[in-house]
Amino acid sequence: MGDLLNDFSPGLFVVQTILLLLLIVLMVKFAWKPIMNSLNEREEGIQGALDAAEKAKREMQNLQASNEKLLQEARLERESMLKEAREMKLKMIEDAKAEAQAEAGKLVANAQVAIENEKKAAIAELKTQVASLSIEIAEKVVREELSNKDKQMKLVESMLGEATLN
Amino acid sequence: MKVAKQTFKFYTLVVMLFASFFAMAGNTTEIGEDKEGQVDTKEKVDAYISHHLKDSHDFSLFSYTNDAGERKHVGFPLPVIIWTSNGLVTFMSSEFHHNDNGEVIVEKDGLKFAKIHSKIYELEAGAEAVSFDEEHHATNAHKVLDFSITKSVVGILLIGLLMFIWFAGLARQYKTKQVPTGFGRVLEPLVLYVRDEIARPNIGEKHYRKFTGYLLTVFFFIWILNLLGLTPFGFYVTGQLAVTACLAIFTLIIYTANGNKDYWMHMLWMPGVPVLIRPVLAIIEIAGAFLIKPFSLLVRLFANITAGHTVVMALIAIMFVMKDSLGVVGATGLSFLLSVLIMLIEFLVAFLQAYIFTMLSALFIGMAVAEHDHDHAHDEHGHEVPDAEDVRGDFI
Repeated sequence: MGDLLNDFSPGLFVVQTILLLLLIVLMVKFAWKPIMNSLNEREEGIQGALDAAEKAKREMQNLQASNEKLLQEARLERESMLKEAREMKLKMIEDAKAEAQAEAGKLVANAQVAIENEKKAAIAELKTQVASLSIEIAEKVVREELSNKDKQMKLVESMLGEATLN
Repeated sequence: MKVAKQTFKFYTLVVMLFASFFAMAGNTTEIGEDKEGQVDTKEKVDAYISHHLKDSHDFSLFSYTNDAGERKHVGFPLPVIIWTSNGLVTFMSSEFHHNDNGEVIVEKDGLKFAKIHSKIYELEAGAEAVSFDEEHHATNAHKVLDFSITKSVVGILLIGLLMFIWFAGLARQYKTKQVPTGFGRVLEPLVLYVRDEIARPNIGEKHYRKFTGYLLTVFFFIWILNLLGLTPFGFYVTGQLAVTACLAIFTLIIYTANGNKDYWMHMLWMPGVPVLIRPVLAIIEIAGAFLIKPFSLLVRLFANITAGHTVVMALIAIMFVMKDSLGVVGATGLSFLLSVLIMLIEFLVAFLQAYIFTMLSALFIGMAVAEHDHDHAHDEHGHEVPDAEDVRGDFI
């Protein structure tokens, strides 16, 4: 122990204290602080990147899910649109048919009316012709009848006979 | 290119191991009591080891005896800065001519100085040479306050500079890129290790940021200096009591300055125990906080490193001491094998001691800043539910 105390050098102690203090101050200022800051920054950066990746993954999944949903919706919409179109087509055909029928009916009716009118006109004509023919015939007959005196007398007499005075 | 680089690194490691072995072996012949300066007996080995475990005023690489029988030292002198009765005096350590037992007297500013066992003594006025009593204590000289740039100070400066270059470089790298390249890639996991395995679990998520800088500095300071101690340069910084004491006192100051109300409360007036026992506990707690904790820190590091250096040098000394009984080849082989194995263990110890010192510092700081919540941590039987903080407290 005495030897140890004898070996203890107060001068070296002072020198070491000064140097160590200096070393600590310099190292902290120029080495440890920047190193620690950079390491922390880097660790935070890595953590941040991992978090971001995780978030991106989750977002991707969400996106995929929403895509799926969108697709489903589109499919449904297409289906309904097709259905609607089919219905519309049927309706149009139906309408067209009905219209055509109505038109045809109308045409037939018009035709009937026209035929009726023609018929009536024809009958009227026939009537006038028959009348004029009858008159002609009657005229001819009368002329014939009245061409000799006997006959005229006979007729007057017959008529007079028939037209008995009441 | 990559393979070549790795091979190069591997060889560097191997060369370092071998070099430290031979250099330490070489060092063994550096200082001796006799004129040849060879260390080849048990007593000289003991003397050499105890000499090495002291701080040194010059930086010697190796020494040899030349053809003329003169002892030559290769290395470079370091400046001596001492506070004497005449104020500050400086000169180069080469003026002592590697003498370490007070024979060479250096005269500066009208004062005479001698170096005895790596300590510089100022001779009293009128004295021409150092005289010793029976216990080999100088009688007419006294020690001076020695601020010299000793070998340890060189080591501290070197490692401080190295740490600054490395880690400030690493800090600069982060300005331009997220992941460091080159040597920074080696340093980054070490920094993260200290932060995540030492600071964060021991101090707690809330406060650890404030103390990470100190813990990192201390961890790398001790570890690199321990490793440097294993190189052939023979730095022995973390085995200097002054250095470990300084480190321990820094930790003491930090946890004392940052202690919260709970910490002081538990130290001075322990809640939950009979009032009569409280003063006794307070004495124990105060002794624990101000003496035992820092003392354990400083002694643990000092003792481990001293033991390691002693064992390595003792094993190397086998080469000389057992030359007669085992023969040159046998003694060298045994010494080589054992010291390489112990060197490998010392590599582990170098890290371990840095880790333990930092870990315990973190723990002590953690205990000082821990927030206790005794009020709502009870289960239905009224017993306290142990939380992490308490378990940590009990563990110490």
